Amino acid sequence: MKPPPFDYVAAATVDEALEALADTSVETRPLAGGQSLVPMLNFRLAVPERLVDLNGIDELSRIEETEDGGLRLGAMVRHRQLEHDPFIARRMPLLSEATPFIAHPQIRSRGTVGGSVAHADPAAELPAVLLTLGARVRIARRSLGGEPGSRVERTVGLGEFFLGPFFSALEPDELLTAIEMPPSAPGEGTAFDEVARRRGDYALAGVAARVRLNSGGVCDEAAISLVNGGATPCLMREAARTLVGQEPTPEVIEATAAACAATSEPAADMHASEAYRRHLIQVLTRRVVSRAADRVLT
Amino acid sequence: MSRAGGTWVGARVPRNEDVRLLTGRAQFVEDVEPPGALHVAFARSDLPAGRLRGLDAASARTHPGVHAVFTAADLGPLLRPGAVLVPPPPLEGLVFHARTALPLVRDRIRHQGEALAMIVAESRYVAEDAAALVEADIEPLDPVVDLGRALGADAPRVHDDLPSNLAAHVRQTKGDYAAARARADLVLERRFSYDRGIGGAIENRAVVAEWDAGADRLRVWDTTQAPIPVRNVVAASLGLSEAQVRFIAPFVGGGFGPKIMFYAEEILIPWASMRLGRPVKWVEDRYENFFATTQERSQLHDAEIALTREGRILGVRDAFLHDSGAYDPYGLTVPINTQCTLLGPYRVPNYESEFRVAFTNKPIVTPVRGAGRQHGVFVMERLLDLAGRELGLDPVEIRRRNVLGPDELPHNHEIMYQDFTPLRYDSGNYERSLEEAARLVCYDETFPRGRERARADGCAIGVGLVNYVEGTGIGPYEGGRITVEPGGTVRLATGVGTQGQGHFTSFAQIVADAIGVTPADVRVVTGDTSEFHWGTGTFASRGAVVAGNAIHAAARSVREKILRHAAEALEVDPADLELAGGSARVRGAPDLSVDLGALAVSANPLRGAVEPGTEPGLEATSYFGPPYGTTANGTHAVVVAVDPETAMVEILRYLVVHDCGTVINPMIVEGQIHGGVAAGIGNAFYEELVFDEFGGMSNASFMDYLLPTATDVPPIETAHIETPSPLNPLGTKGVGEGGAIPVAAAFAQAVEDALAQIAPGLEILDIPLSPARLFALLRAQREGVVGGREADSSSRREPAAGVP
Amino acid sequence: MRIAARVNGLAWSGEVEPRLLLSDFLRSEVGLTGTHVGCEHGVCGACTVQLDGEPVRACLMFAVQVDGREVTTVEGLAEAQPGEAITVEDLHPVQRALHEAHGLQCGFCTPGILMTAEAFLRDNPTPSREEIREAVSGHLCRCTGYHNIVEGVARAAELLAADGPAAHDDDDR
Ligand SMILES: Cc1cc2nc3c(=O)[nH]c(=O)nc-3n(C[C@H](O)[C@H](O)[C@H](O)COP(=O)(O)OP(=O)(O)OC[C@H]3O[C@@H](n4cnc5c(N)ncnc54)[C@H](O)[C@@H]3O)c2cc1C
Ligand code: FES
Ligand code: FES
Repeated sequence: MKPPPFDYVAAATVDEALEALADTSVETRPLAGGQSLVPMLNFRLAVPERLVDLNGIDELSRIEETEDGGLRLGAMVRHRQLEHDPFIARRMPLLSEATPFIAHPQIRSRGTVGGSVAHADPAAELPAVLLTLGARVRIARRSLGGEPGSRVERTVGLGEFFLGPFFSALEPDELLTAIEMPPSAPGEGTAFDEVARRRGDYALAGVAARVRLNSGGVCDEAAISLVNGGATPCLMREAARTLVGQEPTPEVIEATAAACAATSEPAADMHASEAYRRHLIQVLTRRVVSRAADRVLT
Repeated sequence: MSRAGGTWVGARVPRNEDVRLLTGRAQFVEDVEPPGALHVAFARSDLPAGRLRGLDAASARTHPGVHAVFTAADLGPLLRPGAVLVPPPPLEGLVFHARTALPLVRDRIRHQGEALAMIVAESRYVAEDAAALVEADIEPLDPVVDLGRALGADAPRVHDDLPSNLAAHVRQTKGDYAAARARADLVLERRFSYDRGIGGAIENRAVVAEWDAGADRLRVWDTTQAPIPVRNVVAASLGLSEAQVRFIAPFVGGGFGPKIMFYAEEILIPWASMRLGRPVKWVEDRYENFFATTQERSQLHDAEIALTREGRILGVRDAFLHDSGAYDPYGLTVPINTQCTLLGPYRVPNYESEFRVAFTNKPIVTPVRGAGRQHGVFVMERLLDLAGRELGLDPVEIRRRNVLGPDELPHNHEIMYQDFTPLRYDSGNYERSLEEAARLVCYDETFPRGRERARADGCAIGVGLVNYVEGTGIGPYEGGRITVEPGGTVRLATGVGTQGQGHFTSFAQIVADAIGVTPADVRVVTGDTSEFHWGTGTFASRGAVVAGNAIHAAARSVREKILRHAAEALEVDPADLELAGGSARVRGAPDLSVDLGALAVSANPLRGAVEPGTEPGLEATSYFGPPYGTTANGTHAVVVAVDPETAMVEILRYLVVHDCGTVINPMIVEGQIHGGVAAGIGNAFYEELVFDEFGGMSNASFMDYLLPTATDVPPIETAHIETPSPLNPLGTKGVGEGGAIPVAAAFAQAVEDALAQIAPGLEILDIPLSPARLFALLRAQREGVVGGREADSSSRREPAAGVP
Repeated sequence: MRIAARVNGLAWSGEVEPRLLLSDFLRSEVGLTGTHVGCEHGVCGACTVQLDGEPVRACLMFAVQVDGREVTTVEGLAEAQPGEAITVEDLHPVQRALHEAHGLQCGFCTPGILMTAEAFLRDNPTPSREEIREAVSGHLCRCTGYHNIVEGVARAAELLAADGPAAHDDDDR
């Protein structure tokens, strides 16, 4: 279980990283926290010719407010930062709540937001959570034929980013540079929960929810997304609609949970059957949506 | 007996070995790196069954940094099947087909991970690069995957030269079960299954060999639980004398059974070192470990219990299938343990037990902590629970009615145990163990009230309480040599190695009591054949019993020598002397004393004359072999909470009452129990090897094979009962496996109890249980399918293929 | 590639291949074999070391990535010099506590657990048993059943509190 040989480039700036990625004649992969990539190398499930290490790029580690009052997380923001940053706890408590479910402290001190999203694992927590928060992905590459240092950037809604298991809209010469989220509106409550075999394992199923209630207690907006509920991290638009315009009574929430389970497309594996996953999605949706609604009211 | 006068035996002595381990200085095999060492990786088969038509290693051989690539064709006389390590006991009517593996595959692949070629290179990294270049032309064959179908007439054959996949057939009986059954008020039968898992030592295996051509000597560091027998086999295979070969099992990072096996790597690595004239090192990685290291478990039981209306056992009948994997080098130890341990601490006048062992295209099965005993306990305890349910007796009550009383011991069960002697229980107090556990878990009153309150709050809580016995401390023998050195330090050498059991301390305690030193003064050396080369190894919970008593005897002899020399030196009668504080002193006149170091010097005179027959030094070697194994026992109680919506189970409380005879060090004994329980929890709820329909292992990683972690294992309460064994002077019994043995049975009973109202009649018959399996059971139950299998539980079921 | 790092306060510099895992680097290049390897895919925790004071898996990093950084291994906990004899008195409080509580058996998992526990107790000097269980849940131990590891870490918190906050903060993180 030793990694195959590769060339190594330690990038100090985004441009250096883009420069290395631009040369597509050599199969190159960004190395972020390495907590998914290095196990794949050790099992020789991935055999890239070159790694571009992003760990030395300071500009990617920032947590900052966007122009519209939202939040921007640099790609190299560590899980551990998300978990402990008081600013995040205040602005996006869902992130602080969900992050401790990712693996263990020793993994979270390396693992990154960008890595979790780029990896596009339907079983990962952060993609689902970020979907619920309406996140966008900022992507950069070196402009074709342009001078070194000239970039082309694009922004993709997270809903359009995930294309399949471990498969995203990122091109081989592209770098995910940041995740952006709109500001949370007044009257919003969020919650996350999952069922995993052991503490820190990938979840059998997980649910993230965000609901906004108006002053009359009626739901104006809802977003629910699933961990391990389909081939990609997925937003359950149809199920969320069953909440909108309603008061979140137990009956309404149960109907939402049932809709969520019915429209989910979980896969079977050695840890859970499809039926079990669907059932867990229903139970968790009920619990999580209730908790999110309760949080608005209290 | 030493306990009476002793101050150290029985005390919580912190361990001598800890400082080295805690500071990272303790040497494990992987830490050994002789200068110039070459590194090995194996090219292994991805397929579980196939014919090796050709092997092209040309590009691996020329890969930069590669020193050699060896295949079966290169092995010469080494290319012969390995030894049968444990022959089966001489049972009447026994059928046993021994089939063992070649060190490297010649033509037939029988399990995934069998080694095709050995690559020796300047680093493990390069060796792995080259292993990937070995091209094997393999004709895939249909694998035997499903144990239930392995003995079917249409099953593919694992070994072509055998008429079927039957590896062994054993039948043992006691009394007349058919007659008992005819008299019974209740006959209950069920099919149980218990699936496969790994040993899971955190340290993988490793072998480092250094052939010194100048000195004509071979030195091998090996993560083995049995350095002496392995040394002997390796010497014989390589044409060396045993004295030329030194095996060292330094600190070993957990054994749990699989490291007792003899493996091909243990011969290939030394052989390569001799061939290449360089030290050679192989460290198994975790992926290899899932195939190349032995495993345990799969069994399918069709069992039946016959009882009176009052719940008294009239007899038990069991027919089971045991999965041996692709070969059976370890004989029948595991299924015989199952067969014998099933009887538990109970009065079972009639017993009919029959098993068939099947070859399958899976990794080899040898003992893993518990070594088949847990299967027997699971079957018996489940039968009692379900019978109790039919008869309106709670689990404790039906056990009360059947445990052997203290006056019924020793008890002979009349069938033969794995140590080739009749299954006899030497001593114990089974009633007390059961009652103590029931009392501690408040079984009769407080707990039921709590359970009701919890149920009213929508919380499903349940308790499980089960018994077990464990045959431990079997022969043949072990030895120990104690030497008082001129500096006053005491050295103890013994053949059994240590994989964390605290031998450096518990053995030192035994010596300390005998000769009046502290355990810290005793330097224990284990697992080095140059220090001690008689013995068999650490297995079957026998270290503290067999080696412990040998050491006890050696310590008594050294004590005699010390007293004799001291009496001469001080010119007093030996009877007036006492040994304390590292010296011999006159009772009542502590100023009149001589320290042990000085006596050691005078016991080894460099000039002058000695009496004829005098042995030099303060040294003694003794051996101990028990007449038969001593039986430990205990009762486990567990309290669980089940979330019926998610099928997740949380263990709220775990309690162990156990009797391992004289306790040398309660701290160490409790540690053994804690670890055993954790492994048992793994067996019960987390660990299962999953094979796909093509026989490929689907979860060969710690990501998907789930060992329990700190948040899955609860705090574990322990209570000791000490019924000293009459079979050895210290009165000890083994404790290494007891923690693991009854956990699944207790767990199943507790989960059923928790769900008694939500899912009345739910039966857990298959281990491991998992949330997914529990969910399926609950669902099936709601839909009216008992046991998740079929509707009618009382009707006779289809027997497993091959089981009559 | 040439790298220069500090390991347990001592400078190390030299050439390493990019693919050399940090765990193998520590064990074979630096010669510190206390960092153990049990899975090489980040699950068992035996290889846990501290990188600039934070616990990380050494099997999921490359040696080239510690260029310019400080790595602390189990050998860096007790105050003895390499090669010097060590007694119980020389042990770091976390080590001593595990010894007193019998929190190790084969000791293979122990170095990783020590590195996690030391960092954990710096962040959380008065943890509950639940918090301790959670903190060590990223380590597999097949021997102890965790019971005495948890007791050991709780005991370590007591010893550290008794030693006073300054006693073991003398390393310059
Ligand atoms: C034992 C263990 C348990 C785990 N449990 C969980 C869990 O429960 N839940 C969970 O979500 N995760 C879990 N993980 C995975 C962990 O969270 C990873 O850190 C995460 O999935 C990937 O982040 P990373 O920064 O380590 O990315 P890396 O491993 O460095 O990279 C992952 C992939 O993304 C690419 N990539 C990384 N960054 C970028 C970028 N900026 N632009 C473009 N491509 C990029 C890489 O090239 C690679 O293909 C676990 C890991 C381990 C070892
Ligand atoms: S060896 Fe690194 S976590 Fe197991
Ligand atoms: S003490 Fe052996 S693995 Fe933890």
